[in-house]
Amino acid sequence: MGNDVTMTIDGMTVTVPYGTTIRAAATMAGHPVPTLCWHEHLAPANACRACVVEVEGSRTLVAACSREVEPGMVVRTTSERVQRARRVVAELLASASDASLAPSLEALCRDTGAHPENWGGATWHQPVRDDNGLYVRDYAKCILCYRCVEACGDQAQNTFAISVAGRGFHAHIDAGWDRAMPESDCVFCGNCVAVCPTGALIDRTEWTLRQNGQWDDAAITTTDTVCGYCGVGCGLTLHVLDNRIVKVTSPPDHPVTHGMLCVKGRYAYQYVQQEEAAGED
Amino acid sequence: MVRRLLPDNESVLPLLSEERWRARGYDRALAQAAALGPDGVIEWVTAAHITGRGGAAFPTGKKWASVARTTDPIKYVVMNADESELGTFKDRVLLSGDPWGPLTGLAIAAYAVGARDAFLYVRGEYPEIEALLKDAFGWTRWAGPLADRLTFHLYRGGGAYIAGEETALINSIEGKRPEPRVKPPFPTQRGLWDHPTVIQNVETLANVALVLAHDPEWYRAVGTPSAPGTKLIAVSGHVRRPGVYEVPMGFPLWPVLMDPDYGGGIGGSGRLQAVLIGGAAGTWLTADECREARLDNESLRAYGASLGSGAMMVFDDTVNIWRILGQVARFFAHESCGQCVPCRIGTQRLVEQLTGDRQPDYQQLRELGEAMRDASICGLGQTAPQALLSYLDRPALWR
Amino acid sequence: MILLVGSNAAETHPILFQHIMKGVRRGAQLLVIDPRRTMTAAKAHEHIQLAVGSDIALLNAMAHVIIRDGLIHQAFIDRATDGYEAFKDSVAGWTPERAAAVSGVPVTQIEHVARTYARADRAMIAWTLGITEHHNAVDHVFALINLALLTGHVGRPGTGLNPLRGQNNVQGGGDMGALPDRLPGFQPVGDESARRRFETAWGVTLSARPGLNQSQMFEAMREGTIRGLYVIGENPLVSEANSGHIVEAFNRLDALIVQDVVMTKTAARADVVFPARVSFAESTGTYTNSERRVQLVRAARRGPGESRDDLWILSALARALGYDWPTVSAAEVFDEMRALVPTYRGITYEALEASRGIQWPCPSEGHPGTPVLHTRLWDEVVTPRVSFQPVEWVPPAEPVDSRYPFRLTTGRRLAYFNTGVQSRAYGHPDPEREWLELHPDDAITLAVGEGDMVRVSSRRGQVVVPVRVTTSVPPGTVFLSFHFPDETPTNVLSIDATDPRSGTAEFKAAAVRIERVNERG
Repeated sequence: MGNDVTMTIDGMTVTVPYGTTIRAAATMAGHPVPTLCWHEHLAPANACRACVVEVEGSRTLVAACSREVEPGMVVRTTSERVQRARRVVAELLASASDASLAPSLEALCRDTGAHPENWGGATWHQPVRDDNGLYVRDYAKCILCYRCVEACGDQAQNTFAISVAGRGFHAHIDAGWDRAMPESDCVFCGNCVAVCPTGALIDRTEWTLRQNGQWDDAAITTTDTVCGYCGVGCGLTLHVLDNRIVKVTSPPDHPVTHGMLCVKGRYAYQYVQQEEAAGED
Repeated sequence: MVRRLLPDNESVLPLLSEERWRARGYDRALAQAAALGPDGVIEWVTAAHITGRGGAAFPTGKKWASVARTTDPIKYVVMNADESELGTFKDRVLLSGDPWGPLTGLAIAAYAVGARDAFLYVRGEYPEIEALLKDAFGWTRWAGPLADRLTFHLYRGGGAYIAGEETALINSIEGKRPEPRVKPPFPTQRGLWDHPTVIQNVETLANVALVLAHDPEWYRAVGTPSAPGTKLIAVSGHVRRPGVYEVPMGFPLWPVLMDPDYGGGIGGSGRLQAVLIGGAAGTWLTADECREARLDNESLRAYGASLGSGAMMVFDDTVNIWRILGQVARFFAHESCGQCVPCRIGTQRLVEQLTGDRQPDYQQLRELGEAMRDASICGLGQTAPQALLSYLDRPALWR
Repeated sequence: MILLVGSNAAETHPILFQHIMKGVRRGAQLLVIDPRRTMTAAKAHEHIQLAVGSDIALLNAMAHVIIRDGLIHQAFIDRATDGYEAFKDSVAGWTPERAAAVSGVPVTQIEHVARTYARADRAMIAWTLGITEHHNAVDHVFALINLALLTGHVGRPGTGLNPLRGQNNVQGGGDMGALPDRLPGFQPVGDESARRRFETAWGVTLSARPGLNQSQMFEAMREGTIRGLYVIGENPLVSEANSGHIVEAFNRLDALIVQDVVMTKTAARADVVFPARVSFAESTGTYTNSERRVQLVRAARRGPGESRDDLWILSALARALGYDWPTVSAAEVFDEMRALVPTYRGITYEALEASRGIQWPCPSEGHPGTPVLHTRLWDEVVTPRVSFQPVEWVPPAEPVDSRYPFRLTTGRRLAYFNTGVQSRAYGHPDPEREWLELHPDDAITLAVGEGDMVRVSSRRGQVVVPVRVTTSVPPGTVFLSFHFPDETPTNVLSIDATDPRSGTAEFKAAAVRIERVNERG
């Protein structure tokens, strides 16, 4: 048992392996904490603070996504302080950003009884950036969770095309000097899109269909298969609407991909359905 | 009047001269450190109960011991001279009056924990301090092995208040965006380039030099048992004599405002309304509270306040405190790095609420402030609503 | 420690490269041996920039240094290998100084790479076509295997020899006997008992004589001994080296059948075209990836028009030829196969449904699969032992000379794939065209600048292409991909000198001339 830690979550004694985060321990204990920026295949960014919990002896609340458990730690996941902090986080985010494609943020608002309308003030409203053929950046929906930066950087793609620029309320994702993506280092793998929790980054096909009112979640079938390009064997999920592939993702639990793909696997599928072009050379 | 950190008669000697270094007793400090050995130095610093003077008041000896303990062969020490808190200018005064104190303390810290590289992170708006420190690096030629074994690296801050937060400072030195890192791991475990790192405020290091130049008992002879030594207080605003004053820890606040040797009495209308203690991230004390308060963290706790960096901003009764709160909010909104939600959006909402036309809802403001205090990543977001919350706690200040 | 040889994994195997970079973040050393400073080489701790085709000289010199400096794994060699002494003699003359003269890699760097590889606690080698697209491809692979045997870096997690497969199912195709001398499961056609099993199961007599590899088939077409060809999912008129020569071979065919998902250049010449379905999106089956992971492929959409999946077409063709083939599902074919192939025996469709793939060998149902191969080399007693294969360096088949002074090497780019059949027209913002990578020094000599059009000629053909001036190639070497055959049919230039053992042509080393043409791109 030398590698285990015994601690208390909401009055319940739990024993978990050394190195477990409070978030993971709370999930095991059946008291999951809400998260927005946390992603199972990315290092915790600690940015959203939706997962904060109370740890006895700690002056401030603690981010459960990144803090590892310690022996004898006493954690409360639903104290009044915690609830208030979570509600304010939900209100602040929803008052600034468009949460319409952010189910996790909508759930946080609902579960905390948030009233974002109580805050007016500045918002993230801004024009959509449609500057490449593969994905669209609708930063009015961005909650600055850092997932895209991490996925583009050393947590997955190692391209480092984007980072956070600006400060405070004006901090934003940038590809360098506000460049359009084709002028940046972007290789269009779309892994930023894959990890975006709010639809701020969205495949252009999906965005176009949504703009035209043609995107219909109920009518979309998903099928797991394997990429037809190189020999790495990435698992794919094909999203098909009216017999057309409209989106390609990878299962997050796939041992080869962890949900990540390259530009060909994610986007180079149009040849499959170019029936009309099949007769051409 | 006590003068320990601030030079007294030695001031007649040239600022960067070896004679002045000796006259201040820093030759003794380095010799004493070498005689004690690293463990002995940490014992002395621990025995002296020095606590961090940058605001967090963490026991210095404890910090050093945890770094010295690590098995990593590479360790670093950093002097944090990115003094940017509103109303705080004591490190500037200290460094321009006695650069040898903090530098000697830095060399002692490096020796105690086993670091060979010492970093100085100097606020970008302090070019004269930067030049002074660069000139001072020549001391390695004559100050003996504890200084000579070190390589000094000076980094100039780029104008971000947040870079004074120790983990953001680490990112800044590493060439990254100065965003705070998650703690734990603390810099003492994984600091600069992931090596154990001691980061100390300028004034803390000057205290270290004093302890080694004398001894822990001498050091503890002033101040309170839990907080020995002296504290530099930067007094600004409506006093007749604004400036940096050195007082024993636990010294009464009132004479610092009123005594001719210190603030010399209330300026402006001559009628004190309130003091904001601890800088922009500080706490309002009403005139009545100022009569009773003492300048150490233990006694200030009764007012929900702390010394912080040692700033006292004094306001007479003509000032609209609400407007000051708006300016404080603007400062934090501008200086927030934007990493975490409570601070990134919270500071913006505070500005809107405190400077807008709408009558603010105090309850809503309090909830926002408490959430920022509880859930922000770093000290900036956690203390940004402090002045507001202390105002809400003091109806006497409301108009 | 990860040694990539002739592999631009960051562009050609991006998701594998993510795993490599995770290793680097955890402290692994990444060393890349490549003539080009690729996106991959740029991420490496060290880039060993060797001359095209000098790999064996470099690898033999690494072995020389490992032996000379006493860094061999003696116990492993004694227990698990044969032929060490002969191998040692074979590399005795390959001093780093000699290899440096051949490869252009400094002596100190050769020594450093050798020592880093040998001293690593765990070290793995991975390679791609930079190793195998040479006229002596098999020797290149042997040279790598020799290094792993010298140091015992095989048969344990974090070690090994990993060919990174370029296509989705190269591994599976080989596993299923799509090799001239193998039955499914790599069982040799010459092995009588193996052949018997298949003959019994299939009710036919099988030839014990190996078939022809692809290069031999083209030769036989030229000679008229092969007169009919059935091409499934390949575009050889464009993808093969010295494509002008290939066209001649195809011209001599009496009948050409092409089965493909789009009308490729090869299909356009066919007598009969069978419209196929896209395997990964419109049919059912399995792919086996580079790590031997067998995974289910499922139909997500109906194929267009009269298209049918490969199994349907093959079965219908057999019936049309008078054979009484039943209608079977992919799962039934798989079940028959696994009864005959021991390494696949335990893999069922049910198990594949319930997992994200199973790595063979999987000898029995319920077996979890085998992530690490060759662990038997660490048994007390190793039978059979593995033999060192001494190999000699020979220069590329076509030397550069005063008429063709540049070394052309070819490969892939991140956004595109092979002959572009699949990867064109999906909206990638990069310009959809080819460019020639040329070193700035050479650009000055040739008086060409960025975007200028040049004619690239080899003894076999020529293309006209715009220039990109870049230090990704060393002076004297130029690079082209083969993704845009309509505008830039790169493979009219490449040489079909072929390794007789693997049938792979030397795509990586042709001699070319470059001339400016007065036309802007």
